[in-house]
Amino acid sequence: MTARERIAGNVANYVDERTGAAKWMKKNLTKVFPDHWSFLLGEIALYSFIILLLSGTFLTFWFDPSQREVIYEGNYEPLEGLKMSAAYASTLHISFEVRGGLLMRQIHHWAALIFMAAIVVHLMRVYFTGAFRKPREFNWIIGVGLLTLGIVEGFLGYSLPDDLLSGTGIRIAEAIIQALPVVGSYLAFFAFGGAFPGEAFIPRIYTVHVLLLPGAFLALITVHLMLVWYQKHTQYPGPGRTEKNVVGYPLLPVYMAKAGGFFFIVFGVTAFLGAVASINPIWLYGPYTPGQISAGSQPDWYMGWLDGLVRMSPPLETHAFGHTISWNILIPGLIVPGILFTGMALYPFIESWITGDKREHHLLDRPRNAPNRTALGVMSLTFMLVALINGGNDIIATTFHLTINQIMWFSRIAIFVLPPIAFVITKRLCLSLQRADRELVLHGRETGRLVMMPHGEFVEVHEPISAEKAWLLTQHEQNPALALEEHDSSGVRRPKALKNKLRARMSKAHAVAVPKATAEDLKQIEHH
Amino acid sequence: MENNLKRLSRFRRHRAVAPLLLVLALLSIGTTFSVAGAATSTPLSAAEKSALIDEGKQLFLKGCSSCHGLNAEGGAVAPSLIGVGAASVDFQVATGRMPMADMSVQAMRKKPVYNEKQVEALAAYVASLAPGPEVPGESQLNYERDGSAAEGGELFRTNCAMCHNFAAQGGALTQGKYAPTLMGVEPRHIYEAMITGPQSMPVFSDKTITPEEKLSIIKWIKAAESEPQLGGAALGRVGPVTEGLLVWTLGLGLLVGVAVWLAMKAR
Amino acid sequence: MSNEIETIKDPGLPAHVHRRTDTDPKAAQRAERQVAILFLLSALGTVLLIGSYIFIPQDIFIFFPVLGNTNAHQLFLGLGMAFSLFFIGMGAIHWAKTLMPDEEVVIQRHEFRSPDEDRADFVKAAKDGAAAAGLGRRSLIKRTLGLALGLAGLSPIILLRDLGPLPGDELSKTSWKAGTRLVTDPGDRPIRAEDLEVGAVAQTLPELAAGGHRTLADIGKDAVLLIRLRPEEFNLDAERLSWTHEGIIAFSKICSHMGCAVALYEQQTKHLLCPCHQSTFDVTRAAKVIFGPAARPLPQLAITVDSEGYLVAQNPFNEPVGPSFWERSS
Repeated sequence: MTARERIAGNVANYVDERTGAAKWMKKNLTKVFPDHWSFLLGEIALYSFIILLLSGTFLTFWFDPSQREVIYEGNYEPLEGLKMSAAYASTLHISFEVRGGLLMRQIHHWAALIFMAAIVVHLMRVYFTGAFRKPREFNWIIGVGLLTLGIVEGFLGYSLPDDLLSGTGIRIAEAIIQALPVVGSYLAFFAFGGAFPGEAFIPRIYTVHVLLLPGAFLALITVHLMLVWYQKHTQYPGPGRTEKNVVGYPLLPVYMAKAGGFFFIVFGVTAFLGAVASINPIWLYGPYTPGQISAGSQPDWYMGWLDGLVRMSPPLETHAFGHTISWNILIPGLIVPGILFTGMALYPFIESWITGDKREHHLLDRPRNAPNRTALGVMSLTFMLVALINGGNDIIATTFHLTINQIMWFSRIAIFVLPPIAFVITKRLCLSLQRADRELVLHGRETGRLVMMPHGEFVEVHEPISAEKAWLLTQHEQNPALALEEHDSSGVRRPKALKNKLRARMSKAHAVAVPKATAEDLKQIEHH
Repeated sequence: MENNLKRLSRFRRHRAVAPLLLVLALLSIGTTFSVAGAATSTPLSAAEKSALIDEGKQLFLKGCSSCHGLNAEGGAVAPSLIGVGAASVDFQVATGRMPMADMSVQAMRKKPVYNEKQVEALAAYVASLAPGPEVPGESQLNYERDGSAAEGGELFRTNCAMCHNFAAQGGALTQGKYAPTLMGVEPRHIYEAMITGPQSMPVFSDKTITPEEKLSIIKWIKAAESEPQLGGAALGRVGPVTEGLLVWTLGLGLLVGVAVWLAMKAR
Repeated sequence: MSNEIETIKDPGLPAHVHRRTDTDPKAAQRAERQVAILFLLSALGTVLLIGSYIFIPQDIFIFFPVLGNTNAHQLFLGLGMAFSLFFIGMGAIHWAKTLMPDEEVVIQRHEFRSPDEDRADFVKAAKDGAAAAGLGRRSLIKRTLGLALGLAGLSPIILLRDLGPLPGDELSKTSWKAGTRLVTDPGDRPIRAEDLEVGAVAQTLPELAAGGHRTLADIGKDAVLLIRLRPEEFNLDAERLSWTHEGIIAFSKICSHMGCAVALYEQQTKHLLCPCHQSTFDVTRAAKVIFGPAARPLPQLAITVDSEGYLVAQNPFNEPVGPSFWERSS
């Protein structure tokens, strides 16, 4: 036994005698993780969060979250002698006087954008592969919660420097609060400590940004990961992979080295962006005052869709009985996002209600094998994309020589027309892919080799596919639609008949599929 | 640390830039001469002046009257030029906006059709029709001496940024019109635009924005133009849209690329 | 499910294929060297970071293609940091991929559902517990506990009351009064009608009383845009026309939609555009909304001139400025 092994043994002994951890560790160090690039998307989000904690802590050492008016006397000459808030001045100080300060600011902001983008692509992976199904519904809801909190946290974060661009964003947020029926103006005055902008808002959102929400993130992320750990990771279908097993690499050493290494990769890429690409150049925006504004005032990308929805809203306001309701703010700013996010959070339950499937699922779906779900996902993404494009319509207009009015009208129509079209196209595409899979299993791969038959006809040689491939293309279940009787056996209409009818119709749409190839089909072909 | 730091605005350049700077300098000498040529016109005698106006009138009749009318009284597609002043003509013609290439929503900046002498003649002719804003002389444009960048920045953000964007990169107006970028625009033309209000742009009167304040604005624009990349590639200085684009392409692209490599089996 | 149809069989996990590094010691050595080189690159990155921090002043700029004339301190500090982190990651992953065991392991899943007897025991324990506490029987306790908990939940809301004052009529008031002079923003100079040419605009604020202070909240309500047109270009009713002065018309600059500064005036079309959500207002028709999400025109400030010829407000705004709110009556 070498000295090193002896020390390791002693440490393990010391810890185990006090915690009994050996049993737990034994079980978990050999835990197996399936390997696939798409399983790393959530890790990108997790690592970005750690980067955000580290870089954010650095920034707090110099940032002064105060709206007290100061005169700027720092290094950046084009702002010399101007009145501004202490928050803005201290952000300039971090950028131009603290060495590495600008780098850290840029790393922090890039990490935030990567964090949100990673959450979205991770969510897309989970959705399109059906990883949210039983038993993982809770984790799906936590994920939707993290996405929502991320949007809020990001908005509060970029609002802290109190520059002209973010101040405009706060102004819009205040208008949304103020538009709430009955309580709006009260809530706005409480949030801002008086009339907008006041001097209270930035100190308050600072506490929320650096304490309250990061605490909530830590708690939710911990539960999110513990559930992944406990429930074990899902895996893609393939030979030897079943609902009952997990095929992959053990935590120690392979997965640990890869995941640990990937943290450094994410940090490295973020630092690279922070080094080479400018982000949120607040010294160019100038300090906030409500009387100024810049052309092309946009939020960060994860709020862009919201801004796009607000832009395309029709000018609707109700004035009655001495009161005003601003539908042009409430519908795009609160009601539509509320419906979207609630629907997203409830989707696992909706789908299981439609299919009547209450079993556990650990093997992922190939998106083509769940055409309805895939089409619904692409439809939602199309909706978001149209909204996002409209959120940048002024930049798009000047870049591509279009007019903002054209893009606005395009968006107003496209937001209703394109998502259903996307649904239909995607569903058909999925079914075509299923048909192609069936052909591939039954008739093999086209080799591109032409052979002349004795009687002069040319035929292409087809090569049978491997047993592994054939299994991958046929392993999925094809369940029939739910059979829901409108009438019971004695012909009496059941209560809830309408609900059942709806459910039956959706279930039928969900079960549409091209019959997969079976061994029977193969035998029949061989006989010919 | 902070005290011995030289002001960031006094940008020292590295040796590596020297060749490039030389090229830039040569290019700019050309432009400076042309600007100086137009602006430092020595006072003309009455005879010279009327000759200039005549030359301008001939040029006008040939190149402009089909739209603006034989006496510059305006027409169906073009406004009257009576009283717009020499500054307006200098701005529109010397930046190549006039004559318009086609009837688009907005006259674009392009290579000028007339040389400086011809622009001067046209301006003299239009100025002779009715009094209007004059072309500012070299001595009126010494923004380095008479302007303050910080004050100019504040004025710019209140009066200009809503159309031309926070960093003077330009922005969208309604129905396909746009506020052009101010990068690389000669100070004289910026000044003329403020006093004449070309196309969609309103006029900024000398009483509400004084000539010194206008020079401050120009000084700030020039400072923004020459400001090096303090934090890396500027991404067009148009705000978060390009930042979001970069994250979804380069940022996520790099990370997913590494993830694919990570999950690939080694051979 | 139709079990009678025979499906294609699962061929099982494919046989493990050895890597070159598993079979060829030379390849393994090469991989080891590669990993070491990656770690060394990381070390060099850290050296670059430290060197940049100490030796590169903050005011040196170097030209790079694509980036432009870039701050060398920031760039090399960042690149050093990026390399130092990135190559640790590359090294670790390359090590794991080429030299650590790559045989896939299979473990079994367990069912999450507890065995029936455990579930029965749990239900029994819960029921027994509830029965022992007597919650079912003692309804008085149950109800008062509910009341107490419900009321206790109110206290955080009560305690947050002092976050801010009640709005009162703050949202409906501005600093404009009859006779308040319009002064330039920035500069605070009063304006005469003849100071503005036709086609001119001016950003204005109400004049401050001597020793007065203007907060951002004041600017957020008081900012006014002056525009001069030819009087015949107006298309206004008699009352609104009387609010203008010799073709000069004044609007609140705070958007009636979400409060952004609407100051983007197109001189030829006489349209005002809000850069936030692209609401477009027609100046000749009292800022009527002609495009975009705003539902109300911008409030118009009635102006005239005082005895010295300076532009002043005739009256305060006759409606609240800025975005809508519940208590707003029109």
